[in-house]
Amino acid sequence: MSEVVKKFMYLNRKAPYGTIYAWEALEVVLIGAAFDQDVSVMFLDDGVYQLTKGQDTKAIGVKNFSATYRTLGDYEVKKIYVDRASLEARGLSPDDLVEIAWEDFETEEEIENIVEVIDSARVSELMNESDAIFSF
Amino acid sequence: MSILHTVNKSPFERNALESCLKFATDGAAVLLFEDGIYAALKGTRVESHVSEALGRLKVYALGPDLQARGFAETRLIEGVCVVDYAGFVDLAAEHDQVQAWL
Amino acid sequence: MSDTIEVDGKQFAVDEEGYLANLNDWVPGVANVMAAQDNLELTDEHWDIINFLREYYEEYQIAPAVRVLTKAVGKKLGKDKGNSKYLYSLFPYGPAKQACRFAGLPKPTGCV
Repeated sequence: MSEVVKKFMYLNRKAPYGTIYAWEALEVVLIGAAFDQDVSVMFLDDGVYQLTKGQDTKAIGVKNFSATYRTLGDYEVKKIYVDRASLEARGLSPDDLVEIAWEDFETEEEIENIVEVIDSARVSELMNESDAIFSF
Repeated sequence: MSILHTVNKSPFERNALESCLKFATDGAAVLLFEDGIYAALKGTRVESHVSEALGRLKVYALGPDLQARGFAETRLIEGVCVVDYAGFVDLAAEHDQVQAWL
Repeated sequence: MSDTIEVDGKQFAVDEEGYLANLNDWVPGVANVMAAQDNLELTDEHWDIINFLREYYEEYQIAPAVRVLTKAVGKKLGKDKGNSKYLYSLFPYGPAKQACRFAGLPKPTGCV
């Protein structure tokens, strides 16, 4: 394990279920979480659809992985960003999105929702600050 | 000659819906499914295109794909009808041909 | 490893690493047979973890990585159980990998 902590951003721009990108990205994020790097997950464009509440895939016969996003906090992935303009272009509001909690088991410090809706300028800034961007 | 057009791509990612609406002639039907259902939702950037098309085309959205993506029927643009898989089959049978906008 | 295991006279398909091929096939006897193959006898303490993993999968649709499992067990079953020493004493081949296999789950996500 490297001692230098790198800033990794996982960039999600695809809707879930129509293609395999969303699930593949989530698996990569969870696997990569073992490497103790500075990880952020960005939801942009159709990627914001990955976080909509109330997904129920029974009738289409595919795995409903929307619940899996709620484990990101457990995997110590604490920086989760959503582009506000992408939500607005799709008639969505922050209330339409799932909440992801994070808790420090030692100190019992708790954050109810680590999903942060940000402006596009901030999205660019975070991209510029990253050492590597993994695009899905 | 009546065609059932199907669109299964997000309107924000591909121009499948745009082309479909451009070439579908009056009285044709458009079925939105998979990621295509996002075009059927209220308040989006493409809502006006769909609303205008509703004046001359029948527009359907596949229920199971709406549910999978977390959207209730109340989120749909007025005039869009929800069908299930059996309804999809009926639509395909009722029309002379099916044009898939991939 | 054979491609099936026999539990109460019935055959259950497993993959090349011994994980149950179909999650929904699982019955408690699967865990007992797999444990016997690993020379383990399952106690209530083992079952607490196996059942916990099945509940975790049901809720989140993934099998947790070992450190996530450790934290989650600590929260649910108490700090004395939420540490790797305790979990390794129950499941010597790795708490996530071995316990997930007994529980009929796929190989854990994020197990490096």
